[in-house]
Amino acid sequence: MDILNFENIFEGKLSRNEMIEPKDWMPENYRKHLIRQISQHAHSEIVGMLPEGNWISRAPSLRAKLVLMAKVQDEGGHGLYLYTAAESLGTSRDEMLDALHTGKAKYSSIFNYPTLSWADIGTIGWLVDGAAIMNQVMLQRSSYGPYSRAMIRICKEESFHQRQGYEIMTKMAFGTPEQKEMAQDALNRWWYPTLMMFGPPDVESPNSDNAIKWRIKRETNDQLRQRFVNQTVEQAEYLNLTIPDKNLKWNEAKKGYDFSEPNWAEFKNVISGNGPCNKERLDKRRQAHQDGEWVRAAATAYAKKQNESYQAA
Amino acid sequence: MSDSQGPLWEVFVQKKAGQPFVHCGNLHAFDKEMALQNARDLYTRRGEGMSIWVVPTNAIVASSPEDQGPFFEPSNDKVFRHPTFYPMPDVIKHM
Repeated sequence: MDILNFENIFEGKLSRNEMIEPKDWMPENYRKHLIRQISQHAHSEIVGMLPEGNWISRAPSLRAKLVLMAKVQDEGGHGLYLYTAAESLGTSRDEMLDALHTGKAKYSSIFNYPTLSWADIGTIGWLVDGAAIMNQVMLQRSSYGPYSRAMIRICKEESFHQRQGYEIMTKMAFGTPEQKEMAQDALNRWWYPTLMMFGPPDVESPNSDNAIKWRIKRETNDQLRQRFVNQTVEQAEYLNLTIPDKNLKWNEAKKGYDFSEPNWAEFKNVISGNGPCNKERLDKRRQAHQDGEWVRAAATAYAKKQNESYQAA
Repeated sequence: MSDSQGPLWEVFVQKKAGQPFVHCGNLHAFDKEMALQNARDLYTRRGEGMSIWVVPTNAIVASSPEDQGPFFEPSNDKVFRHPTFYPMPDVIKHM
């Protein structure tokens, strides 16, 4: 079969909403796009453990500590599902980690912001995981089989994350005046960075066209952002917290809220490495990887020995 | 692909006794015990299963997508393998 036939089979599968599997032929750019997107998604899960892990030792109760540990463990698991999904496209874990540690690969800009109070942990669960779920629900129907299956698993686990975050917000928003102030302050700081999570506006999103054409994504950045705002306003109202946007207003014609765009210059700046915590996050990641080096070396030596004695027997 | 993470294993989980083992994903591990423990920690954190199989990925033999047509073709023209191939008299209510 020549390449044209392969391309026809590939396009045919996409048009019938069939999944592309690891052994199927796929265009080189589709493969590249997926490796970039899935590995960055994996990195985001792993780096995302850091701002929350920061609060495990300071959680206000044993219950809160147990819940937070379970959540951070989930994020680690999500990273692992995604790394192996990316590996099925022909890259390796070492290659991907190297790209993260050298700054070549990106991760979600949101994790470069600091977690200053316990209310930040609530806000991350409520808004950041809420935004992630919106994106990931769409990705469950992504055209690449292993990515789609990883997303189905992740979505099942992720709704616990959002609810535990909202529970923290409920406690703080209905707590003492100081607690309520912390909750409002956290919302003020996290609102726009959360809106940035959906990526640049459609008119300037460099990777969106292909992602939609190949059905890796099913909806655009702006569509997802709009749906997130529509859904979140009511949740903020229940908490009696104010979303920090004077232009936020119901628009009957479009059956959705009008809202202010985040500061896209800030987004670009954070993505290019200059956010408040970029350096701290990457340093911690590199350190953890370095500290684990002896474990990997010992395990490799052990596996080699096992293998030799198995073959000798 | 060579890696510092150990070989790849496929994970199959049985949800309840009597049900089939279903493939649910894969992971890296350096030996059988580690593969099993990692599978438990990674794929059954919420009671998703009561029994796990782990299989080295390179031990799996798979049919190739390109040969799908010819490989499964022999069964396509054997409609007589299906019960609906056989007309039943109307008076027979149960069979």
